Amino acid sequence: MSKRRQNRRVRRVIKEKEIGACSIFGALNQAGERFGGEGVVRAIANMHDRSNGLGGGFAIYGLYPEYRDYYALHVMYENENQVAKEKAEAYIHKHFDVVHDEEIPNSGEPKAPNAPRTWRYFVAPSEKVDAFENEDYVVQKVIELNSTIKDACIFSSGKNMGVFKGVGYPEDIAEYFLLDKLYQGYLWTAHGRFPTNTPGSWTGAHPFNLLDRTVVHNGEISSYGTNRRHLEMYGYKCIANTDTEVLIYATDLLLRRQGLPMELATKILAPPVWEAIKNEKEKERHLLTTLRQVYAPLLMNGPFAIIIASHGEMIGLTDRIRLRPLTAATSGDMLYLSSEEASIRLISPKLDKVWTPNGGEPVVGKVTKRVKVKNEVLPLARVSA
Amino acid sequence: MKSYLLPEFLLDRDEDLCTQCGACVKQCSFGVHSFDEEKGKIVIHPEKCTGCQRCVIFCPVNALRVTSAPPAYRPNACWTGERIQDIKKQAENGRILLRGCGDDSPHRVYWDHILLNASQVTNPPIDPLREPMELKTFLGRRPDGIALEESQIGDFEVSKISTEVPPSLMIETPILFAAMSYGAISYPAFKSLAMAAEELGTLFNTGEGGLPKDLRRDYGKCAIVQIASGRFGVDLEYLNSGVAVEIKVGQGAKPGIGGHLPGEKVSPLVAATRMIPEGTDALSPAPHHDIYSIEDLSTLIHAIKEATNYEKPVSVKIAAVHNSAAIASGIVRAGADIIAIDGLRGGTGAAPKAIRENVGIPIELALAAVDDRLREEGIRQRCSIIASGGIRCSGDVIKAIALGADAVYIGSAALVAMGCTLCQSCYTGKCNWGICTQDPHLTKRLDPQRASQSLVNLVRAWSFEIKEMLGGMGINAIDSLKGNRDQLRGIGLQEWELDVLGIKGAGE
Repeated sequence: MSKRRQNRRVRRVIKEKEIGACSIFGALNQAGERFGGEGVVRAIANMHDRSNGLGGGFAIYGLYPEYRDYYALHVMYENENQVAKEKAEAYIHKHFDVVHDEEIPNSGEPKAPNAPRTWRYFVAPSEKVDAFENEDYVVQKVIELNSTIKDACIFSSGKNMGVFKGVGYPEDIAEYFLLDKLYQGYLWTAHGRFPTNTPGSWTGAHPFNLLDRTVVHNGEISSYGTNRRHLEMYGYKCIANTDTEVLIYATDLLLRRQGLPMELATKILAPPVWEAIKNEKEKERHLLTTLRQVYAPLLMNGPFAIIIASHGEMIGLTDRIRLRPLTAATSGDMLYLSSEEASIRLISPKLDKVWTPNGGEPVVGKVTKRVKVKNEVLPLARVSA
Repeated sequence: MKSYLLPEFLLDRDEDLCTQCGACVKQCSFGVHSFDEEKGKIVIHPEKCTGCQRCVIFCPVNALRVTSAPPAYRPNACWTGERIQDIKKQAENGRILLRGCGDDSPHRVYWDHILLNASQVTNPPIDPLREPMELKTFLGRRPDGIALEESQIGDFEVSKISTEVPPSLMIETPILFAAMSYGAISYPAFKSLAMAAEELGTLFNTGEGGLPKDLRRDYGKCAIVQIASGRFGVDLEYLNSGVAVEIKVGQGAKPGIGGHLPGEKVSPLVAATRMIPEGTDALSPAPHHDIYSIEDLSTLIHAIKEATNYEKPVSVKIAAVHNSAAIASGIVRAGADIIAIDGLRGGTGAAPKAIRENVGIPIELALAAVDDRLREEGIRQRCSIIASGGIRCSGDVIKAIALGADAVYIGSAALVAMGCTLCQSCYTGKCNWGICTQDPHLTKRLDPQRASQSLVNLVRAWSFEIKEMLGGMGINAIDSLKGNRDQLRGIGLQEWELDVLGIKGAGE
């Protein structure tokens, strides 16, 4: 191919999207008390057969109280690319003040081949800006680094939280990153992956993350092309070749940049059908109609069950005709979300309430109290006191 | 003088079946059939035949056959029969060759080289007979997002939107009737489109000939009123009589030129509606003489918005030409809420043949380029795109939407539903089907009840088919197909064509 031909060819590269079944699990202590990962690992392992060993991962909130004021960047360096690490570190040091960095502890024995080196950096933006711009700054830098430095990927960028993920069954990933031995959090989400049309990749595993928001996802987003092209207009770059990526960008746009409340955002991602809107009272009908009109390109179509988490909040949501499973349960302060009820009962036999939410109806769990952990107040910025 | 032109159709009358009833004589306005007193029977003048098939359908004993008979000159791939005939015709009359309907030359129809996706295993197809399947479509400018009133955030019951959402159009299916003016088409044909639009919950477009007063009350709510360079029938009441206003800059069948409605078609009601003297030619200039630049267009758009109290979206219709993408971007920035793009194969009542087959580009390529450009500039949200020009079936509609259109206009397909056979003789004013004529003997042949029902049937049938294909892709709202080119693959296309369309090849 001539040079010109190659250039043209690049123009119409359309992102592949990975599709598949999966298991998802989430556990939130609504009193904000931290707990270890042993139960969560057992729960997700109980759904072993819903994944195929090509991806697993966890998000943990309340993870780094000692560095709670710093963005914790978890970075993967793939293909033993030493240049990637040098370039990425130069980039990070150029744009951030790094207060501490270290390799993310691991067992040294990954079950899957091609394990990347994973490193974490606790950073503050090197330019002093206000809180919102601060976040925008971090988002921009994350997207820029991920889309420009080959073999380097920031896969976790929130404060006082972190994502651990990779190729393997979720229990293998937990073991590799020593999750149940090293960490505690008040909110855990977990994912077991079953991609069907592309080989699993470490970066493509769930949870997906931007700032402190994470998404674990079971399903396929048939509207991916529509969603992706819309989000690209707002500066997002879909680089992971997986449909889940649009969920994290859509929630970032709606919740953080446009400041919509979560309840409304769920009505954008999985809106009620017109037939149902017609029967609403005047005010709600107007609101829901406007949401559908304005945000039609962000409707997530196709089967999905997702858990969206951020500090102090965990939301479960299925597509509007509920083509993927999701069960919710409470026990005392604990709220559980799971693909299968059995996993919840395995780790919490006594439950106060178990239910299956309707399609498009969010299950919203929030941390209601501010609590002290190690003599420090957890920064639950988004929680109304 | 003896004409050297060959007939283009062969007529065959089965003398055993024919009862000499004279129905064909009465039906043919072109004078193909006539009663020969001397011979005492009906004779045929094939050179006058346009192939409209009216006589065949209305012969009570099925005694007639009309078949296409390409002029039988010695075969020549370069000097085709059509070229030779055209030359002979112009040698005889020294005129521009006119044609009705859209371009019939064999330019590639890209719709036929695009294939759709369907769900298998990982994503269940959805059955539209059992599950909701939504085609409801909004047209107009959308804000990037909405803001809620601060004090009420979180309280869903009373959340109030503080963002002003510009006026928009809501239609039940993404198919609208394209602009066809009263004057070009007959009153019954015009009214049939209005009636069908109302029943379907969609819109018709008045075209550039105004909206007859008696139709404003009942059908204004489903009308897009158009203003073109002739400004026929335009006054404040007209602008406010529909739900949206469309400025027609160009037409796919004849980009860059105006229009000419011959005086014979300017009947008393056409004259009153167009606000011109009866029997005078209605000439639309090539340009709008108040739009010589993009800033002039912006001025006109805002003048219209001012005149309609900012209650109606304004659409701008352009022909698909080489730099449509840049033009479209300018139009959005000039304040248009909707862009209608009319491709090479768009229909017309009359266009010079030379223009029709040589000017403009196919809608598929123009649409893809415009959608891409508006997204690159981050302004796609600020307008809706209506694609038109050769939309022949539900498959074309769904592919247009996946390429990036919000909705489509159908013109030729609507006329065919009413009886048109695309004989391309609209410019003669003698349409045997009562569609493209103002002759009262011919217009009364079209019954608006029947014709509007045919239109409703057609659009309903297409909508069902769209729902089936949408469900097959695992999508239950048309919103999620807009610009979703992942669902398309090209077949038999070259690299550059795939590039422009922004789709992969089949199997890629």
